[in-house]
Amino acid sequence: MNNPIYLDNNATTKVAPEVLDEMLPFLKEEYANPSSIYSFAQSIKKNIEQAREKVAQLLNADSSDIVFTSGGTESDNLAIKGIAYANREKGKHIITSSIEHHAVLNTCKYLLKQGFDVTFLPVDKYGIIDLKELKKSIRKDTILVSIMFANNEIGTIEPIEEIGKIVKEKGIYFHTDAVQAAGKIKINVKKLNIDLLSISAHKFHGPKGVGALYVKKSVNFDNLLHGGHQEKGKRAGTENVAGILGLGKACELAIDYLNDQKQQQKIKMLRDKLEKGILEKIPEIIINGHPEKRIDNTLNICIKYIEGESILINLDLEGIYASSGSACTSGSLEPSHVLLALGLPHEIAHGSLRFSLSKYTEEKEIEKVLEILPEIVQKLRNLSPLWKEKKI
Amino acid sequence: MFQYSDKVMEQFKSMKNAGRIEDADGIGKVGNPVCGDVMWIYIKVDENEVIIDCKFETFGCVAAIATSSLATELVKGEKIEDALKITNKRIVELLGGLPKEKFHCSVLAEEGIKKAIEDYRQKKEK
Repeated sequence: MNNPIYLDNNATTKVAPEVLDEMLPFLKEEYANPSSIYSFAQSIKKNIEQAREKVAQLLNADSSDIVFTSGGTESDNLAIKGIAYANREKGKHIITSSIEHHAVLNTCKYLLKQGFDVTFLPVDKYGIIDLKELKKSIRKDTILVSIMFANNEIGTIEPIEEIGKIVKEKGIYFHTDAVQAAGKIKINVKKLNIDLLSISAHKFHGPKGVGALYVKKSVNFDNLLHGGHQEKGKRAGTENVAGILGLGKACELAIDYLNDQKQQQKIKMLRDKLEKGILEKIPEIIINGHPEKRIDNTLNICIKYIEGESILINLDLEGIYASSGSACTSGSLEPSHVLLALGLPHEIAHGSLRFSLSKYTEEKEIEKVLEILPEIVQKLRNLSPLWKEKKI
Repeated sequence: MFQYSDKVMEQFKSMKNAGRIEDADGIGKVGNPVCGDVMWIYIKVDENEVIIDCKFETFGCVAAIATSSLATELVKGEKIEDALKITNKRIVELLGGLPKEKFHCSVLAEEGIKKAIEDYRQKKEK
C-alpha cells in the first residue's frame, strides 16, 4: 500500500519535527525537577517560563495568566468546575451550548447532579448559537457562560466577540473551549473579552498529554488538583516539562502559520477542492457546518442512504484515515449530538463523515480521496435497500 | 472504534451474496433506518423446500453487513426447516465474536431469514 493519507487532524495531529527536537533534551539529560533550587533545575524552570510566554503570545494574553494542564479535557474541567465551586455563593447557573465537546458537556452534566443549574443553548442549522437566546437565558444567578470557539465535528466558528460583549456587560465569566480553534485562527483574549480559554497541544502539532488554560487575573476560581505550589498554586503536580516545552514550540510554529497567508490558503484551497469534488462526483450529499464561518481545515458531510462506519472502514482498507460522528463508531447507539442539534434526522446523521486537514496535507492526497471515495459510496449504495427505495 | 474479528472483516470485504433476487420467493425486511440498520434478505426456494439462492441488501455498519452476509451463506443450500434453526448465537460464534454493542445486528440477521421464510410461506398459500 502507498503512504497512508491522514485526514483526521481534528482528532489529533502529527508532532512537528521542530517540536520533537525541542522536547527530546528534556526527556534525556535535562531531567531535573523545576521546583528544585540548584542551577540544573533553574535553567529548566526558565525554559518553562519561555514556553509560557509563547502560549501567551498565541492568545495575546499575559504570560502570568497561563496555567499548564494535561490537555483540553483538564483545562475545560478546571475552568468550569473551578468557576462553579468558587462562585457558588453568588449563583448556581451556567450557560453552555448543545454542541460542546464532551469535556464541557459532561462536566456541566456532572455539575447538574451537584445541584447547579445548566442551560444548554440550541444552535441553528449551521451550528451557530442564537445570541438572543443567550441574552434571554442570562439570570441573576448566572455565574458562567461556556461556549466553544470552533466546533470539533463541523468546524463552525461561534460569534465569540459578540458573546464576549454580552457576557462582559452582565459581569459574568466567559469561558471558551478553543481546542479546535487554537493554531487555526487568530485569537485575542483581550479584544474578545474572554476570561478563561482552553487549548490542547496535540491539536496543532504538539505532543499529547499537555495543554493550557488561560485565566484572567481577576477571575475568582478554585483549583482541582491540590498539592504542591506549582503553577502558582493553580495546578499542583510536577510539571510535564517535555510536554510544556513541546506546547511552547507548537505555539511558536502556530504563530508563524497564522502570519503566513499562503500556508493558510493552501489548507483552505485543498479543503474546498475536496468539498467541491465530492459534490460533483457523489449525488445526495449534505455539507454540515457554516459555509463561511468554518475553520479552514474541516469538511463534514452526510452521505445519504449509507452508514458512516462502513464508509470509514472501506477508506481505511484503502489507507485513508478519516472520522465519523456516526453512532456505530463512537460506541453509543445515538448518532453525533452535534449533527442532531443541527436538526438532521437520525437516519441521515448515521451517514456522516469528517475529513480534517493539516498543513502537511498534500494535493495528491485529496485527489486520491476524490478517486476512491465515490467508488466506496457506489458500492455501499448498491448494497443499501434505502438507496434503491429512497425512503428517507 | 470497534475491534472486529478477522472473520467479520472477511465477510465485510467479500459480501459474496450482495444484491437482490428479482424473482425472489420470499423477502425478509427487518430493521429501521432511524436506528442505523436495515436488512433485506431475499430467498429463492425449489420444489423440495431447499433454499437454492439467498442474497442480501443492507444499510448499516460493518457488523450489520457482515452478519447479513454470513446469514445468507449459511442458509444457501439448506432446507427451510434447517434454515429456521439458525440462531443469532450461531452467527456470532461463526464470526469469531462481535462487540457487545453489535449483538443486535446478529439478531436482525436471524430475524431477516425467518421473515423471508415467513414471506415465502404466505406467498405459497395464496
